[in-house]
Amino acid sequence: MKATLSIQRGALGEAPHQDMFDIPFEHGQSILDGLRAIRRSMDPSLAFRFSCINANACKECMMLIDGKVDYACTVRLKEGMTTLAPLPKKALIRDLVTEIAPPDERLMLRS
Amino acid sequence: MTSPSPNTSVPTHLEADVLVIGAGGAGMYAALEAAKGGASVVLADRSLIGRGGATVMAQMTVAAALGEQTPDHWEHHFADTLAAGRGLCDERLAALLCEDGPQRLREMDAWKVGWAREDGHIKQAQAPGHDRPRCAYVDFLSTGPAVSKTLRTQLNNASGIRRIGDLTIVDIALRDGEACGATGLHLPTGQAVTLAAKAVVIATGGLTGLYRRNSASSNMGGDGYALALRAGAELIDMEFVQFFPIGHLAPRLVGMDPIMWDPFRYKLGGKLLNSEMREFETDYATKDARSDGTYRLTRDLATYAITKEVEAGRGSPAGGAYLSFQHVPEAEIRKAFGPVVDRLAENGIDLAQRPVEVAPIAHYHMGGIRVDEMMATGVPGLFACGEAVGGANGANRLSGNAITEAFVFGARAGRSAAERAKQNASMWSADAAKPVIDLLRSASKRDAPNPAAVIVKLQAVMADDVGPFRADTKLRSAISAIAQLKADIGDTPFASAESFDPVLADWLDLRNMLAVAQSIAVPALARTESRGAHQRDDHLGLNDAWSVNQIVSMSDGDMTLRKVMPTTGKAAA
Repeated sequence: MKATLSIQRGALGEAPHQDMFDIPFEHGQSILDGLRAIRRSMDPSLAFRFSCINANACKECMMLIDGKVDYACTVRLKEGMTTLAPLPKKALIRDLVTEIAPPDERLMLRS
Repeated sequence: MTSPSPNTSVPTHLEADVLVIGAGGAGMYAALEAAKGGASVVLADRSLIGRGGATVMAQMTVAAALGEQTPDHWEHHFADTLAAGRGLCDERLAALLCEDGPQRLREMDAWKVGWAREDGHIKQAQAPGHDRPRCAYVDFLSTGPAVSKTLRTQLNNASGIRRIGDLTIVDIALRDGEACGATGLHLPTGQAVTLAAKAVVIATGGLTGLYRRNSASSNMGGDGYALALRAGAELIDMEFVQFFPIGHLAPRLVGMDPIMWDPFRYKLGGKLLNSEMREFETDYATKDARSDGTYRLTRDLATYAITKEVEAGRGSPAGGAYLSFQHVPEAEIRKAFGPVVDRLAENGIDLAQRPVEVAPIAHYHMGGIRVDEMMATGVPGLFACGEAVGGANGANRLSGNAITEAFVFGARAGRSAAERAKQNASMWSADAAKPVIDLLRSASKRDAPNPAAVIVKLQAVMADDVGPFRADTKLRSAISAIAQLKADIGDTPFASAESFDPVLADWLDLRNMLAVAQSIAVPALARTESRGAHQRDDHLGLNDAWSVNQIVSMSDGDMTLRKVMPTTGKAAA
């Protein structure tokens, strides 16, 4: 089976663009599995947050998946196109990474 | 050469009495105790505060001689811990873990962690290797998340603790051989950050991320061991990596921790079956495995049993063993695991209908940074706690001791660090940060190799050649493969972007992971016997001449190995 991920790329202040990646997958694999495969074999610079990989414990991999806020580690890869974008209501850092830490847990270098 | 960021020329500088690196269970406890001791604290984590690491993933049990379920004394827990450690435990650390454990669990209880209760008392489950029911838990596989949440709430309410996420510590800053702070990389901006501190606590957890299949967070690549080594501290028992025997293997399971099956076995007595659908654990049971009748083997023996069944051609289709609950009525499964049953159903798993497949998975590291009973390393001003510390569990850890160790050692390290900060002035000098500032400035864009792919290669080397079963040829091949990967990535970092650069993050991880991989493989090659989690196919059985700890240290980039007798005698409470 083959999934196509269309991913919004770019850092804060840059014009966002879409990159498309075709990835082979097996039944049951997650969007996060797909993103990690892209970093290993196609583009190591693709930025996304994750920590626990599989357990839905760290809550870091939240993003917009086909227009809906969800966890990349629990949504499954599907055949055909899936669109990924950063969380719309959080400050963008780069690619799929947004500022999700509570304000009092940040270094606050930006302001 | 491309400069990754003009910002790195002006590092942001922070000061505190105590710097705690890593915000899992041990780090959060250390920060709380250091603040209680009057210190100003910076708690830094490469990920979000209290979300990464192993604690949040722990779905299981916490061992302490509370005596709630049945009469108990910490010395019984101590005896079980030493027996599991097979002669190598640092008795001071093991005694501290067992003696202070109950106090910390009661403190967590007062902080409303929600230990499961029965008939008005904290419920304690029986786990392998323990002589009586001793393991507390939070129900429905929620122990780790509940522990993390409770400690995060305490941090929120405490004063004097500054929490900073997305900050990767690159090296401990040293002046005249003493720790005076650290230098880090702020991921969202790509800026260097210097931190002055009178005491530094390493609480970065273990190294299971070095292995292909592992149960911890992706950021557990052993950073703290590498930080300690480069700072001049010693590591102990690095050859003892614990594999958890029944990690989930198939079908693909998302949204759940792969080590989730253990509590199912505690409660319902799941059966391990080979491809002939025959129970095989009793074939491997030995005298020293303490049996509770339903769940017999300690972790090292169960890992051995499953691996040998697979080698004999009696493995499950995906290369493990079957774990079956088909003998348990559906209503009982539902009663024991409530909402978890629905999460399994979403993954197409119905335990009453068919078994799942399980196999050993890298789970915990017994070895680690060598400390005394005050959690002090050999480097003045540098402390360590939690899984990052080696010695308490010797050659094999009892189930339930890891979270207890996080609490107890975290609290002790925090107190020791605050004490040191009271007695010493800041030793900070900007020169101490210079090596890391220069390293980050030297980062350049490069097309190959892909550092994310190199990490996968390293994980394969470790899993295949430095896994639970070892041999001379495999270990030698691993050591040369590690050296080759080190040469491949070179001495200057790769970079791809200014903000949140995963290429730079991976390169910095590899710098640590490769040093730590070597610090496991080298003592594993030297130890020509089988003991606990270190099993040699070419040196079967325990050899009394090897009742010693191996110490790894580094000077001028070279690793050296020496032997010491295990530390005996209980800790001064």
